[in-house]
Amino acid sequence: MDIIVCVKRVPFTQEVDLEIGQDKKDIDRSPLVYALNDWDGYAIEEAVLIKEQFGGTITAITLGSEDDEEVLRRCLAVGTDKAMRIDPGSRELDGYGISRVLSEVIRGLSFDLILTGVQAEDDNQAMIGIMTAEQLGLAHAAVVTGIEVKDQSALIRCELEDGLEERSILSLPALLTIQSGINEPRYVSLMGIKKAAKKGIETVLLTDLNLTEEDLAPRTHIEEVYLPPDTEGADMIIGEPSRIAEEILRLLKEKGVRT
Amino acid sequence: MNPIFVLVEHRRGKIRDITFEMLGKAGDLSHWQGCPLTVVLIGWEVTPFLQELSGWADTILVVEKEELKNFDAGLYQEVLHQLIQEYRPCITLMGQTSWGLDLAPALAVKTGFPLATDCLDILTDGDQVKAIRQAYGGKVFTRVALKKSAGYLMTVRAGAFSPEKTEERKGEIIKQELKADLPEPRRRFVEFVENGAGEIDIAQAEFLISVGRGIGEEENLTLVKDLAQSLGGVLSCSRPIVDKKWLPKFHQVGTSGKSVKPKVYLALGISGAFQHLAGISGAGTVIAVNKDPKAPIFRVADYGVVEDLFKILPALMEKV
Ligand SMILES: Cc1cc2nc3c(=O)[nH]c(=O)nc-3n(C[C@H](O)[C@H](O)[C@H](O)COP(=O)(O)OP(=O)(O)OC[C@H]3O[C@@H](n4cnc5c(N)ncnc54)[C@H](O)[C@@H]3O)c2cc1C
Repeated sequence: MDIIVCVKRVPFTQEVDLEIGQDKKDIDRSPLVYALNDWDGYAIEEAVLIKEQFGGTITAITLGSEDDEEVLRRCLAVGTDKAMRIDPGSRELDGYGISRVLSEVIRGLSFDLILTGVQAEDDNQAMIGIMTAEQLGLAHAAVVTGIEVKDQSALIRCELEDGLEERSILSLPALLTIQSGINEPRYVSLMGIKKAAKKGIETVLLTDLNLTEEDLAPRTHIEEVYLPPDTEGADMIIGEPSRIAEEILRLLKEKGVRT
Repeated sequence: MNPIFVLVEHRRGKIRDITFEMLGKAGDLSHWQGCPLTVVLIGWEVTPFLQELSGWADTILVVEKEELKNFDAGLYQEVLHQLIQEYRPCITLMGQTSWGLDLAPALAVKTGFPLATDCLDILTDGDQVKAIRQAYGGKVFTRVALKKSAGYLMTVRAGAFSPEKTEERKGEIIKQELKADLPEPRRRFVEFVENGAGEIDIAQAEFLISVGRGIGEEENLTLVKDLAQSLGGVLSCSRPIVDKKWLPKFHQVGTSGKSVKPKVYLALGISGAFQHLAGISGAGTVIAVNKDPKAPIFRVADYGVVEDLFKILPALMEKV
């Protein structure tokens, strides 16, 4: 089984006061700490589990700057064989453009399965995986919570709404977008990452790919990013923890769930 | 005028709520643009749905074939593509659901139309279509402009629009024949699996004490379990807790978990991603404890505490 996993490095935005960037097209990312997109961590782990069972190779691909190689190193540390970074240079791409680039690179590689995360934590678009599948003319499934590979097909579980799942059989090659909880991503030691730093990362320049202006022209563009409009919001309970606790208990009584 | 398309979502003999929410918004859009409203009903043995849909749209396009009995993104995409080529809808709406997640991006590539996913609102500004979305887990909003095109695809967040019928429409039914054969399916449906059932039903609970990733470690869960016991509340959680197998799936609140309607929902260390919030819209009073004053949960909570939950939990335990 040759598996390709597409991954993204995303900023960590919890417990951070986000500021809107000067051009109002994004948040100010400069003070933020970055990590591998959570959903992609599950995709990489799933690839490693399949490889442990069937052998083959795993290639991790990201589209980004040199800094983004950090997540490729993490992939290498957990068992990815090859890592590739596509450098977009100064080109701004939207979801469609990214899928166009990814598919162009993947077309030249050998694979039975492509995995991506369901969505990225930063833009929450949930479109790159399935768009890439379509660019490559592949069978696809979204929100996958289980994969059992059998010959040239896979028995998969897909998450629907309300605690319902669907089991189906998909013929390979295929692209699956991986949902959190499908496995338990293994712990990656700093040592492992340091060791992986010695493995090479192949770089592909966007300009070397056979893509036209039209392929890359954005179909959507962000006009403005803004902080959520004020809502009435919550009544804030402030004070010492013991006062807060008293107030919560009083509320529980008032709302009739405690005597 | 080119129509607005709304894809009817249904499962196991029922039309899903998102369908009517999309129809509510499509009703508005049709006024601005003067476009007729067309619902697209794809499946097998779907005629019982026609009654429910009548009056909601000007036209109901029905594609009924046994191969379409179960949702298959590959086949549904082919059907929609043929319908789009024939009727040239200006906007096609789908749910940001398990269907839409698999279907919309592929259809965007196939049609060449711009796609905005998970829309909270859709605006038309002259002949320009724009979408309001969220990014960074709901911490910021974005306004996205879609490049001028003969058609646009948008997926709509569940709960973003109210399922309101502003007027009766004639609901003309068209049984649509396909122009080209469907391709060989590459996916074969096997079965549905209920994953959410368990010994307690959080949907019935009056008081839920719900815990999220903010709990940090599995050991810390004991604190919350103790509190739930002392306060007489039922334990529930956000998805990461189930993903880590710290609690079974039937405790999970949200789109892929359960919708709940307690009198009080006490959320501890939960950020308030929309998939979680969708499950608590029926809660009477929401009390949220979170270290991050900008956590989206505070936008829907009635009462908020900006504090480390490990300070609040012991204080609560002490008082009960
Ligand atoms: C298709 C799909 C379906 C999904 N379905 C669901 C679903 O049904 N239910 C669901 O919940 N999610 C669902 N999700 C996942 C959802 O997007 C979020 O990832 C998830 O809800 C986040 O859970 P959380 O709030 O517990 O964790 P996080 O987003 O990680 O938030 C943790 C919060 O805890 C706070 N915190 C940390 N430490 C402390 C402390 N010591 N004291 C106080 N606060 C602290 C942080 O500030 C943060 O706000 C789904 C996602 C997808 C793509």
